[in-house]
Amino acid sequence: MLSRTADNLYWLARYVERAEYIARILDTTLRLTALPLAYVGTTNEWESAVATAGCAGAFFENYDEANEETVTEFLAFSTANPSSIRNCFENARLNARAVRTALTIEMWDAINSAWLELKRWGNGPSSREEFARYLRWVLTASLSFDGSAYRTMLRNDAYWFSRLGVYIERADNTARILDVKYHLLLPAIEKVGGPLDYFQWSSILRTVSALTAYHWVYRENIKPWLVADLLILKDEMPRSLASCYENLVQNLDRIANAYGRQGPAQRHARTVRARLENSKIEDIFQNGLHEFIDEFVEDNNRLGTAVAQQYLL
Amino acid sequence: MFDEMNGSGDAVRPAYSELSTWLGEVKPDVLDFRRREAELLFRRIGITFAVYGDPEAQERLIPFDVIPRIISAKEWELLKRGLEQRVKAINAYIKDVYSRREILKAGIVPEDLVFQNPVFRPEMNGQKVPHDIYVHIAGIDIIRLDGDSFYVLEDNARTPSGVSYMLENREIMLRLFPELFSRYRVAPVENYPDELLATLKSIAPQSASSEPNVVLLTPGVYNSAYYEHSFLADKLGIELVEGRDLVVKSDVVYMRTTEGLKRVDVIYRRIDDDFLDPLVFRPDSALGVPGIMSAYHAGSVTLANAVGTGVADDKAVYSYMPEIVKFYLGEEPILKNVPTWRCREAEHLSYVLDNIEELVVKEVHGSGGYGMLIGPKSDKATIAAFRAKLKSDPKNFIAQPTLALSTCPTCVEEGIAPRHVDLRPFVLSGRDRIRIVPGGLTRVALKKGSLVVNSSQGGGTKDTWVLDG
Repeated sequence: MLSRTADNLYWLARYVERAEYIARILDTTLRLTALPLAYVGTTNEWESAVATAGCAGAFFENYDEANEETVTEFLAFSTANPSSIRNCFENARLNARAVRTALTIEMWDAINSAWLELKRWGNGPSSREEFARYLRWVLTASLSFDGSAYRTMLRNDAYWFSRLGVYIERADNTARILDVKYHLLLPAIEKVGGPLDYFQWSSILRTVSALTAYHWVYRENIKPWLVADLLILKDEMPRSLASCYENLVQNLDRIANAYGRQGPAQRHARTVRARLENSKIEDIFQNGLHEFIDEFVEDNNRLGTAVAQQYLL
Repeated sequence: MFDEMNGSGDAVRPAYSELSTWLGEVKPDVLDFRRREAELLFRRIGITFAVYGDPEAQERLIPFDVIPRIISAKEWELLKRGLEQRVKAINAYIKDVYSRREILKAGIVPEDLVFQNPVFRPEMNGQKVPHDIYVHIAGIDIIRLDGDSFYVLEDNARTPSGVSYMLENREIMLRLFPELFSRYRVAPVENYPDELLATLKSIAPQSASSEPNVVLLTPGVYNSAYYEHSFLADKLGIELVEGRDLVVKSDVVYMRTTEGLKRVDVIYRRIDDDFLDPLVFRPDSALGVPGIMSAYHAGSVTLANAVGTGVADDKAVYSYMPEIVKFYLGEEPILKNVPTWRCREAEHLSYVLDNIEELVVKEVHGSGGYGMLIGPKSDKATIAAFRAKLKSDPKNFIAQPTLALSTCPTCVEEGIAPRHVDLRPFVLSGRDRIRIVPGGLTRVALKKGSLVVNSSQGGGTKDTWVLDG
C-alpha cells in the first residue's frame, strides 16, 4: 500500500474520532452549565471544555472570554480552529477523497453525506435545542462512519491503519480529559461525595460515554479513584487507555505479520501496554496521577511518531 | 441543420424510432423525476469536477441529460475505422517529428510549426519509446454537420479526460431506465477499464516482470479531473499516486509504500509535460517527480502518453491532418477536417480579419472553450479586441467557419428540445492492437442555440449508445 494512502486512512479515522469527542465535550458542558451553581461550583465549565478539547492556547488567541457563545463557535463551527468539528469533517473528507479507491462505498457514502449535511448547519444553530440536535447528529455521523468501516472493510493493512488512527486519537482524548480533571479525582481535596463532585465525576464519565458502564463494572456509587481505574486500566471499557493499547498492539502486530517485520512502533506499543497491565490504581495515585497521565500522553505521541516514521512517510 | 433524431427533415432516423416512440409515451413528470434522481446519484457518488478560478465551484456537478444519443452500428463502423486511421497517423507523425523528420523535409508541415511550438520537446529527439507508440490514449472530438460524414474538431493527444463520465453515465442510465434498454441492443462500454489496463501493460519496458506495476499519476485532489483519476485507478485496480509518492533512484522509478520502495514500470500520467519533472521542465513544479525524465530516457519506465505529444494536437497542426494521414498511410482520410484558416499565413489572416463576424477564432493551444471568439455571437467591442489580438500575434490563432453542430433531443426547462452535441470517443493504442470501446462521451450545449459544449462553460453530458447490429 502507498504510504500516503495509509497516512490518509489513519488521519481520516483520527478526525472522525476527534469530531465525536469534541461533540461529547460540548454535550456534557451544556448539561453541567444547566445545573444550578450549588451543584457544580463556580468554575468556568466553558474554559474547562476548551482545555479538555486541547485547544486552550488557540482559543485565547482568538477570544477574551470563554462562554457558551464563544466556545460553541470555536469548538464546533470555527474555520480558524483546526480541531473544530467542522474542520474535523472537512479534513476527514479531504483525506477520504485522496484515498477514495481504498474506501468502501459505504464508508465514502458515510463521510461524504456527513460533509454535505454539515453545510446545512452553516455557522451555528439558532437555539440550544437545535444545537443539541446538531451534537446528536455529529455522534450519529461518527458512529455511522465507524460502523461502515467495521462492517465493510477488508481486514487488511488498510483497515489496520485506520484502526491505529482511531485508537491513538481515542487514547489521547481519554488521557486529555483525565489530565484536565485530574484534580477532581484526587481524594480529599474537597469534601468527598458532595453534590459538587458527584456532578463533575459523572460528567467525566459522560464525556467518554462511560456512565452506564461504570455502574455495570463497579456496582457502586461514583468514587473518584474508581473513575480513574475505569478510564485508565479497565480492558473492558472501550475508551480506557488499557483497551486502546490492547487494540493498538493487536493491529500493529497484524501489520507486522503481514509485512513480515516488527519495528519500533510495535515495541513501543507493547511497552506502554505492559505498563498499563502491570499498574494498580493505588500505585498510580501513590506516584502521582498527574505525572502518570503526563507520561502517558507523551508516550502516546511517541507512538504516533513511530508509526509515521515506520509506515507513513 | 442536422438533428440526430429527426435528420434534416421530419422523418425520424431508424436508430431513433424506438426512442422517439418512448419519448411520446413517457410522462413529463416521470422524466423530470428521473432527472432529479440522476442528479442525486451523481452527487452522492461524488462525481464532480472543479472550475478553476471559481472558489464556489470547487466541486461542481456536470449536468447530465437523460435522453441518450444513439449511433447506429453502420455509422459506428465507419467512425471506428476513421479513428484508427487518424490515431495511427498521429503516432507515425510524432515518431517522425522526433526522429527523421521526413514530413518536414518533404515540405508538407512547415518546420517552424514544430520547432517554434512551445510543446515541442527537444528532450524527445532520438528517444526510443516502446513499440513506437506515443499516444496510447487519445480522445478525438467528433462533430456531425449532416447524416453522411463525421468531422474531427480536435485531436486530444496529451491527457484527454471525460471517460469516467462515459462509464458512469451508462451505469446511471441502466439504473434509471431499464425499460428503455429492453427496447434496444446497446453495445456495452463497461470493459473500458480492462481494455485500458491491457493497453498499459502491453507497453511495459522490457525490464518489467510479466505482471508490470502500472500506476496512475495525478496532480492531486485539487485538479479539475481528480474524480476521474481516482475512479479509473479504482476500476483498473492500480495505485493512484501523486508526485510525492514517487522517487527516482539510479534511473529507476519507485513508489513509497508501507513496506518500503516498490518498482514502477508504467505510469499512466494525468499531469502535463510541464509539471512532470522539475529538473527538466518547470523548476517550480511541486506536482512532479525529480529525475523521472532521466529514468524515462534510460527506458526503465514507460509514460503514457509519451512526452511531447502536444506537437500533434494543437489547432494549427490540426489543419495539416489530412495531409499527415496521406503522407504516412497512403490513404484518403476517412474522417473529415473542418476547413481551417491558419492566421500564421498572411492570406489566411487577411481573410479572417475581413470575415471575423462569421468565424470562430481559436487559440492554437487553447482548450476548455477558453480564449475563443464566436463571431456571430459576439458584440462589436469583443470582436475589435480580438482583431487586435490577432494582428499582434497571428501565429497564436486559427479560424474556422461557425459550424452548425448536429442537435439531439434534450431535456430542458421548456420540455424536450434540440441542443447541439459533439462526441469524444477514446482510442487506445497498445503493442498488439488499437482498442476502441463502442461509445464515448457526448457533450451537449444546454443553452438554446449555444455551440459551446465544454463543461466549464455550461455544457452537460449524455449517455452514448452504439447499437449492436
